[in-house]
Amino acid sequence: MNNLIGKNLTAGYGGVDIIKDINLEVNEGEIVVIVGPNGAGKSTAMKALLGMLSLTSGSVEYSNKEISSMLPQNRINLGLAFVPQTNNVFTGMTVEENLEMGGFLREDDIIHTINDVYDLFPILKEKRNQSAGELSGGQRQQVAFGRALMTKPKILMLDEPTAGVSPIVMDELFSRIIEVRKTGVGILMVEQNAKQALGIADRGYVLVNGKNSRDGSGEELLNNPAVRKSFLGG
Amino acid sequence: MIDFLNSLVVLLNFIIIPGLSYGSQLALGALGVTFVYAILRFANFAHGEIMSFGAMITILFTWFFQSQNIGLGILPTALLALPIGIIATIILCIISDKFVFQYYRHQKSVPVVLAMVSIGVMFVVNAIIRIIIGTETIKFSDGQKFIMKAKQFKVMTGLNEGLALKSSQVITIFLTIILLSFTFWFLQKTKTGKSMRAFSDNEDLALLSGINPDRVVFITWMIVGVLACVAGTLYGLDKSYKPIIYLNLVLPVFASAIVGGIGNPFGAVVGGYVIAFSEIMITYAYKKFFVYILPGPLEPSGLVQLLSTDYKFAVSFTILVIVLLIRPSGIFKGRVL
Amino acid sequence: MMKFERYEWIAIAIMISLFIFVGFIQGWSVSLVILNMCIISAIMTMGVNISWGYAGVINFGVMGFLAMGGLAAVIVSYPPIREAWQVGGTGLGISLILLAMLVFAVMYINKVVIKKSSKYWINGIIIFLGIIIIRYFYLNATANIEDVNPALAGFLGGLGLPIIFSWFVGGLFAAGVAFIIGKVALGLRSDYLAIVTLGISEIVVSVLKHEEWLSRGVKNVIGLKRPVPYEIDLQNADWFINLVTYLNTSKLNNVIDINDKQELLNNLIIDGSGIFVKLSYAILFLIVMLIIFYFANKAQLSPWGRMMRAIRDNETAANAMGKDVVKQHLIIFVIGAAIVGVAGAMLVTLDGLFTPSGYRPLRFTFIIWIMVIVGGSGNNLGAIFGGFVIWFAWIEAAPLTTFIINQLTLGLEPTNALKVHLLDSVPYFRYLFMGLILLLILRYRPKGIIPERVRHS
Repeated sequence: MNNLIGKNLTAGYGGVDIIKDINLEVNEGEIVVIVGPNGAGKSTAMKALLGMLSLTSGSVEYSNKEISSMLPQNRINLGLAFVPQTNNVFTGMTVEENLEMGGFLREDDIIHTINDVYDLFPILKEKRNQSAGELSGGQRQQVAFGRALMTKPKILMLDEPTAGVSPIVMDELFSRIIEVRKTGVGILMVEQNAKQALGIADRGYVLVNGKNSRDGSGEELLNNPAVRKSFLGG
Repeated sequence: MIDFLNSLVVLLNFIIIPGLSYGSQLALGALGVTFVYAILRFANFAHGEIMSFGAMITILFTWFFQSQNIGLGILPTALLALPIGIIATIILCIISDKFVFQYYRHQKSVPVVLAMVSIGVMFVVNAIIRIIIGTETIKFSDGQKFIMKAKQFKVMTGLNEGLALKSSQVITIFLTIILLSFTFWFLQKTKTGKSMRAFSDNEDLALLSGINPDRVVFITWMIVGVLACVAGTLYGLDKSYKPIIYLNLVLPVFASAIVGGIGNPFGAVVGGYVIAFSEIMITYAYKKFFVYILPGPLEPSGLVQLLSTDYKFAVSFTILVIVLLIRPSGIFKGRVL
Repeated sequence: MMKFERYEWIAIAIMISLFIFVGFIQGWSVSLVILNMCIISAIMTMGVNISWGYAGVINFGVMGFLAMGGLAAVIVSYPPIREAWQVGGTGLGISLILLAMLVFAVMYINKVVIKKSSKYWINGIIIFLGIIIIRYFYLNATANIEDVNPALAGFLGGLGLPIIFSWFVGGLFAAGVAFIIGKVALGLRSDYLAIVTLGISEIVVSVLKHEEWLSRGVKNVIGLKRPVPYEIDLQNADWFINLVTYLNTSKLNNVIDINDKQELLNNLIIDGSGIFVKLSYAILFLIVMLIIFYFANKAQLSPWGRMMRAIRDNETAANAMGKDVVKQHLIIFVIGAAIVGVAGAMLVTLDGLFTPSGYRPLRFTFIIWIMVIVGGSGNNLGAIFGGFVIWFAWIEAAPLTTFIINQLTLGLEPTNALKVHLLDSVPYFRYLFMGLILLLILRYRPKGIIPERVRHS
């Protein structure tokens, strides 16, 4: 079974460590959510897993293989995929071209995967020849999501996939995420809408001030009074 | 009716044909500038010299072929030497990238530093060209000079006005059509071309999709080399080759790229023709045209010229300034300023 | 008063010793010629450095501002040509008034008409019609002016004042053009600004090249009056002859024959007069350079200079703090251009002639930029040092190249084709040196030889 493990991660920007000694793990076929207050280092932790910033200490393992010094591009090749929070589509290219670029590294025929994505997000099929920059926020997120799925990843990382979309669209995106999990993909996501995210999560991590504060199953965290009080709004 | 035809021939001969061929040369040049801007994200001041370098190599091999009595009959020998020029230009581009530009790319330097660096490259290439071939004006077109001479046309049609068609003009337009179609086909239809567009669109996301930046940069320089060499050679073939002229050419080339919307290949091509036609139309004396088309008493006494030809060069920049004022991102939205 | 660091003293010492060295090797006259151009280059470099080094505003229009300074030298010092004024003055006056009216009309429309598209159309039509009317008066006037004694005059001439005033006027001219350019182009991203300023400077030069009534165009203006004595006057002046005799007493005493002595004295006077003239120029230029240097430093250390640095280092933050960035950029762009204009007027003063076709971007824009980058942007002493060193290298590149080529091709016959070709190409090697110097500095010392001092204020 494929899994991605971050051990004792310490990392940050320009010499300042934002996350300290963090442990994270995501396995195939489960949804893991990272929640926490603003500035807790949620996105930083995810970027550290992907290698988009260098580690001060700690290590990243993928399926029992140390990958700490690997370039992000090469981790993509291993079966990781990442959807950034912003600028996550090629605005000047059509929806279909966006998906093709997602499958850039694939040597085999990607047409089936494109069709799978279209099945998952029927609206994209309709807009396949429209440029991604002209789509609405929610549709763009779907394109971004679809682009990441094109590599047929084992582990998919989403950085605030529902930021700036309406509640209806958010619900729809979450139901898609659940569908994706059914295909055996492990999903790690950072979410601002903690309540809803924990609702669909198998497990969750709470980060506070760049440190692990609590972890457990989604239900556990949702029902934990301390967690509720601090940032689930009571 | 005859007068009307005559006036049309005047326009065709003095504006449309020269505009098309000069516009093609600018378009190819501007496309090169725009490629560097879109992928490597800096204004390459050395582009004029790269064009000049390509033309120089082509000329050297043209001379060699001529001395060996190898030719293409009615076509200029330069066409035979052109592929060698292209290869040399590509090598020049790759070398300048490996030894100069790459370092700053990895440092993530700001665009203006890269522009300064390109000025250094401009000086070096400029010096190499002058050391190798000097500064004299060189005419290297051979083969049949005219496809149709003005006199032939007059005899053929019985009109007063002649229509001359230089073979260099036809070759320019023909080669431009081929190169442009190939470039746009490459960008729109091939996987590599699409990956270049993706890289230009969103570099971080392109990296996340596994697009190899070094390969994109390498292919960019190859395309730039081809475009620059062909543009430089065609300009030299059409007007005669003069090493220092390319430094001046870089300005209308930049103007074309920016007017069209820098970073946008289609815009660069349109910009090239816009600049070329404005330069010619604003500085052309329309007297002859109006003499044909207007009835006797209305015929103009002056030259009917908006600006003297001395200012040909200034026109491109005036247009550039106007476009930047009215629509800073260019006619076809390029990158944001 | 500012204090120099040790390495800055070393730089100053290097500059001085270069000229003493050349003085002994190639003669004092050569040394002074180079020194004069070095000083002018240093002033140009300071001008560019003020806008680029202090505030990060790029100015690739150096050539145009220099040419404006040159035009000022002509207009201030050339005697007026009355006949030309008589035949063309009125026409030019009318065109000028019409032009002013046109500008006001456009400004008025910009204010009154709100809708963007109709604004462009109305303005377009008004400008088009206006230009046609103005051209009628203008072309007649200029044609008349250019017909006045075309071989010698054919232009309006100037005011006939001492040329030294033009140094100030040159600054004003350049500042005026810079103001217009700045209004149009500042606010663009810096590489666009570079291209736009480069292009506008080309337009400025092409106007000077082709508007013969104003600048004589490609026919050049020659014989501008000097601010310093002429050699021929010195050679006949008693005080100068006495001075030379006094300075060379021992040398003259060694010669016994009276004829030889007179001949030696004559030679010494001729040499001496040349050196005296160049030295006078050098002193005048040096005064200007030191004045600009003093004020540039004072400005840099003032609160205003600090604000400029703040804007340069973080434009967004400065904007947020309520600094009007575009306005400050405009101010510093104009000041920098004005200093370049002063240098332009000095350049024409030194040459005594104005040749519009001589202004080429490679020589007058890019070389100046190499001086700025090599010297160290943001440091005025660095700018001077860059101006000196690069001009020195530019001049001495040719003899150096000849020497190197001769050494490398020692084994070849003097008629060897390669050797002959290389020796013929000697003048082009300086471009190679310039490019390599720029690339090496940008790579290994990107802040320049004398970098900006880090200030904690």
